[in-house]
Amino acid sequence: MTTQVPVEHALYLAAGLFALGLIGILVRRNLIFILMSLEVMLNGVGLAFIAGGARWGQADGQILFLLILTLAAAEAAVGLALVLAVHHRLRSLDADVLSRMRG
Amino acid sequence: MTSILLLLILLSGGLLSWVAGRRNARLPRWIALVALAGALSWLLAFWSQTPVGLKLTGGPWLERLSLDWIPRFGIALSFGLDGLSLILSLLALFLGLMAVVASWSEIRERTGFFYLNLLWTLAGVIGVFAALDLFLFFLFWELMLVPMYFIIALWGHGDSARAAIKFFLFTQGGGLLLLVGILILVLGHFAATGHLTFDYFALRGTALDPQIAFWAMLGLFLAFAVKLPVVTLHTWLPDAHTLAPTGGSVILAGILLKTGAYGLIRFLVPLFPQASAALAPVALGLGAAGILYGGVLAFAQSDVKRLVAYSSISHMGFVLLAVFAWNALALQGAVVQLVAHGITAAGLFMIAGSLRERLHTLDAKGMGGLWAQLPRLSALGLLFAVATLGLPGFGNFVGEILVLLGTFRDHPTAALVAVTGVVTTAIYALALVQRAFQGPPGERTGLRDYGPRETAALGLMAAVSLGLGLYPQPVLDLARPALAALPGAGG
Amino acid sequence: MLGWLWLVPTLPLAGFTLLALAGGRLTRRTIARIGAGSVDLSAILACLIASAFLGEFGAGGAYSQTLWTWMELEGFRAAIDLHLDRLSLVMMLVITGVGTLIHIYATEYMAGDEGYRRFFAYMNLFVAFMLILVLAGDLLLLFLGWEGVGLCSYLLIGFWYQDADNGRAARKAFVVTRIGDAAFLAGLLVLFTGLGTTQIEVLLVRASTEWPWGSGLAVVAAFLLLGGAVGKSAQLPLQVWLPDAMAGPTPVSALIHAATMVTAGVYLIGRMFPLFAQAPQVLALVGTIGAITLLLAALSALGQRDIKRILAYSTVSQIGYMFLALGLGSVSAALFHLMTHAFFKALLFLSAGTVIMSFDGEHDVFRMGGLRRERPVAFWGFLIGAASLAALPLVTAGFYSKELILSTAWSGPWSGDRVLWGAGAIGAFLTGLYIFRPLFLVFFGEPKSKPTGHYGPAMSAPILVLSALAVGGGWIGVPTFLARWDLSGTYPTSEHIAPELVAVALGLLGILVAYWIFQRSSDTERLAGLFRFGRWGLGFDALYDRLLVRPFIALARANQRDLVDLLYEGLARLARLGNRLLSLTQTGVLRWYARATVLGGVLVVATLILWAELP
Repeated sequence: MTTQVPVEHALYLAAGLFALGLIGILVRRNLIFILMSLEVMLNGVGLAFIAGGARWGQADGQILFLLILTLAAAEAAVGLALVLAVHHRLRSLDADVLSRMRG
Repeated sequence: MTSILLLLILLSGGLLSWVAGRRNARLPRWIALVALAGALSWLLAFWSQTPVGLKLTGGPWLERLSLDWIPRFGIALSFGLDGLSLILSLLALFLGLMAVVASWSEIRERTGFFYLNLLWTLAGVIGVFAALDLFLFFLFWELMLVPMYFIIALWGHGDSARAAIKFFLFTQGGGLLLLVGILILVLGHFAATGHLTFDYFALRGTALDPQIAFWAMLGLFLAFAVKLPVVTLHTWLPDAHTLAPTGGSVILAGILLKTGAYGLIRFLVPLFPQASAALAPVALGLGAAGILYGGVLAFAQSDVKRLVAYSSISHMGFVLLAVFAWNALALQGAVVQLVAHGITAAGLFMIAGSLRERLHTLDAKGMGGLWAQLPRLSALGLLFAVATLGLPGFGNFVGEILVLLGTFRDHPTAALVAVTGVVTTAIYALALVQRAFQGPPGERTGLRDYGPRETAALGLMAAVSLGLGLYPQPVLDLARPALAALPGAGG
Repeated sequence: MLGWLWLVPTLPLAGFTLLALAGGRLTRRTIARIGAGSVDLSAILACLIASAFLGEFGAGGAYSQTLWTWMELEGFRAAIDLHLDRLSLVMMLVITGVGTLIHIYATEYMAGDEGYRRFFAYMNLFVAFMLILVLAGDLLLLFLGWEGVGLCSYLLIGFWYQDADNGRAARKAFVVTRIGDAAFLAGLLVLFTGLGTTQIEVLLVRASTEWPWGSGLAVVAAFLLLGGAVGKSAQLPLQVWLPDAMAGPTPVSALIHAATMVTAGVYLIGRMFPLFAQAPQVLALVGTIGAITLLLAALSALGQRDIKRILAYSTVSQIGYMFLALGLGSVSAALFHLMTHAFFKALLFLSAGTVIMSFDGEHDVFRMGGLRRERPVAFWGFLIGAASLAALPLVTAGFYSKELILSTAWSGPWSGDRVLWGAGAIGAFLTGLYIFRPLFLVFFGEPKSKPTGHYGPAMSAPILVLSALAVGGGWIGVPTFLARWDLSGTYPTSEHIAPELVAVALGLLGILVAYWIFQRSSDTERLAGLFRFGRWGLGFDALYDRLLVRPFIALARANQRDLVDLLYEGLARLARLGNRLLSLTQTGVLRWYARATVLGGVLVVATLILWAELP
């Protein structure tokens, strides 16, 4: 019989991943890194869902994880396209340069 | 229904002006003139056919009409005309006509739009005087506001955009409180009787918790107080009156201020008798203070129009006194004061407008000694100034003395403070005459005196003022049934 | 005939309307005809009405005529009521009679002025209002006339409006009298509230029946009416406007500020006398004010250089005598003196007008001299007027009226009455002194300049007529005519000869002293310097200026921008500040927004966790 991983451990890991991703978004200036942090956050959330599904023994958690994965992939694609456009326009990948939304 | 007809004339006249203005810049003023003349004639004809005074049977309402509008909320198209609203509607149309005459040559750009705004403001005013459903009343209250804003902002002088915004914010703030007060009243009535209605007659005598009634009353009071204006809420007035075009000032001072008084008389006290009585000492104090404060500040102004604006604040103090003294004598005085002040303030603003047209300034430093060059204008200016200071023989005296006689009985202190106001009134009125017309003549030459059109218009207004001062009985008789029907105002 | 009473004030009113509306199309002659003619017709009509009245009514009779109802409401009725009794009859005759003479005089005096038409329009309007005032049967109508004459006074003082000083004098007059008017109005409110009517006769009956003698309400009402009278009649403390009112043309000073408008206060107290009889404290005050004013004004007159200002202060002083008489309870004596004063004061002013005209507009008595030979009419007019004013015994009207007042004072029942007599007697001395001073300075001695202006019959004839009246007016039996209004109800008899002689002697002494100082001595100008304090109006003007006028103007100017607006300006500033602060958050920086979003999210979740009750 496989030993159960306690749900709390999985949730702590998920929280930790989420936090790390959040910190990454807030702190990092490079757009690519921001996107990567975003991915980490999404993965953390996914892990939480898996843990939940395992806890209750239902497949919903894994289905949602598939949903999140799809979403992450789509968002990564769009995000990278935007990054390419920004780089083409402003020659830089620094988030602080994108400050035209003033006032 | 006369009021609805008047509304239709004014609204469509306005639209017609606007459309015509696109083709021909001189046509709109004629359309406006015809519309107002027609409306005024109709109303005069209506007046001459109504029985007045003690011969009136069947209550004070000369006409009433009520149609369902939004039955789900108890809102109806309820119009009514009694002596009070008839008098004020006549004043509104008469002054509207004068405003058109005053704007005849002053407004040159976008004339169609100007006359649209003018007529629609007047339509709002007529609606205010006729509405007997609180929601409808509020609708017309707001309708008065927006076209007036445009008039001040677009055709005013100097920093009129700012003055217009100030005017709008003050009035709109008041309007918001008005709406809140109305809703509290309506919902309170619903809670008490289970019947949701905005009808004026049904809402009278609603039993509300005194605390709640007070706050609702306060909402209405503040809205009307801004309009009247009551001192401390008056600071929108000098800028708005001074910077507005002449026709706008005529309508503002002549009739828009009176809507505040009308609201107090028709709605505030009848709907909230006990709460109003609780507010009475404060209101009387503000009224008396306003008379003096307006008078002193009027004297301090070097701009002629600003002086007249502050004098309006001073005169409206008498009306506030009368409303919160709430007896027949004082209220009759208030009605006469409303009409008399409307005419004299309008006359003074028209003269000020003429002065600006000729001198390109309204600052007293630029004037003086005009009597020799502009004898007719100066004589009329002197006449209206003398009427403003309450010389017996003019309508203002009749209004003021009745208010004083009525107020003194129950509130002698406030009346005595008001009496001292005759001194300040004399000071600023004579200062006006001195600065503008007397003193050594300036270097200006070739100033054009009043021609037949202006002399006729102002002469007519002076004649009405004199008539009101020497024979006010028709107005008193007309107003009597309406005022007697107000609760607690029997004697 | 009596039914034409309404025409008496209407004729001058019509004159005004014609002149005002006619524009520039009338010739000088037509203007003079209309202006003087309307008053003249009114005078003739007044005489006819007077004889009809006397034929029909006895001592207490009265004729009333209601023209229309002015205002009628529940519990209140005011009507345009005309009321003719002996009191208003005397006033009506004086106003129209003296008014006609002055108007005729003015047709020549003002002939060179370009405001000729305006002048006569205003003068006619004034006469109309004054007649309304004395004929009014309703207190509100009286107030209409009261205010109306104030307005005309303003318009005529400031007649030469090109000079700003004239405008200032006019405004001063109007504002000071308005203070009195405010008191009048307050008194009217008390009377209506207490007695329920504004009709004078009804009011007086109710006052004597419903209000007990000496009651608070009567005292308050009478005191307030006294305030109005004090303002209009230029008594203490509101006397400061009259000397400055001399800025107007001389006919104006003669008519308004000597013969008629300033006596309106005396008339008011006389008309409302039953009310004052109910308030003995106020009557005492009336007498006291009269006494003090007559002395102070006489002292001020001594220090003046301007001939018209001397006469102005003299008017204030003489009205003080009238107030004195009223305070003693004798309306008949007060009105008698009012009438004789109208004669001799108008005479003095018209003569002074010829003097001023002769010297081409000069007013300073120290710049004149020796006019006696060149202008005999002016001399004799002024002499007779001065003699009447100084109450030269037996041959002048002024003697009879002043003696009546003084003997009433001497034989009065209250102890203070003798004090009042003393004041009146000293006043007699001062009067002789202050009026013969300009007589000697102007008409005797060496001429300081050559008189050039001439005058014709239009100016001489009124002077002659008024001279006759100033001499013979005392023989008209006015006191018996009006004895009914007196407190005692009977004609005051004088049994004491000694005080009469003392008073007469004092008056003559004053004339002698004037002769000695101003005719004999050469250094008259230095002596006038002694009275500089008097010239300064005894400091009242300066006091009022510092206490009231300057603070008021300063207060008004300080608040020109309206302090109350600061509140709303403050709100607007707050809104703008808020706008500026909040727009700082719109940095446009991406990470800033991200941080803000996170922060917001954290707060929401924290709130939910900590405070919301989740199931």
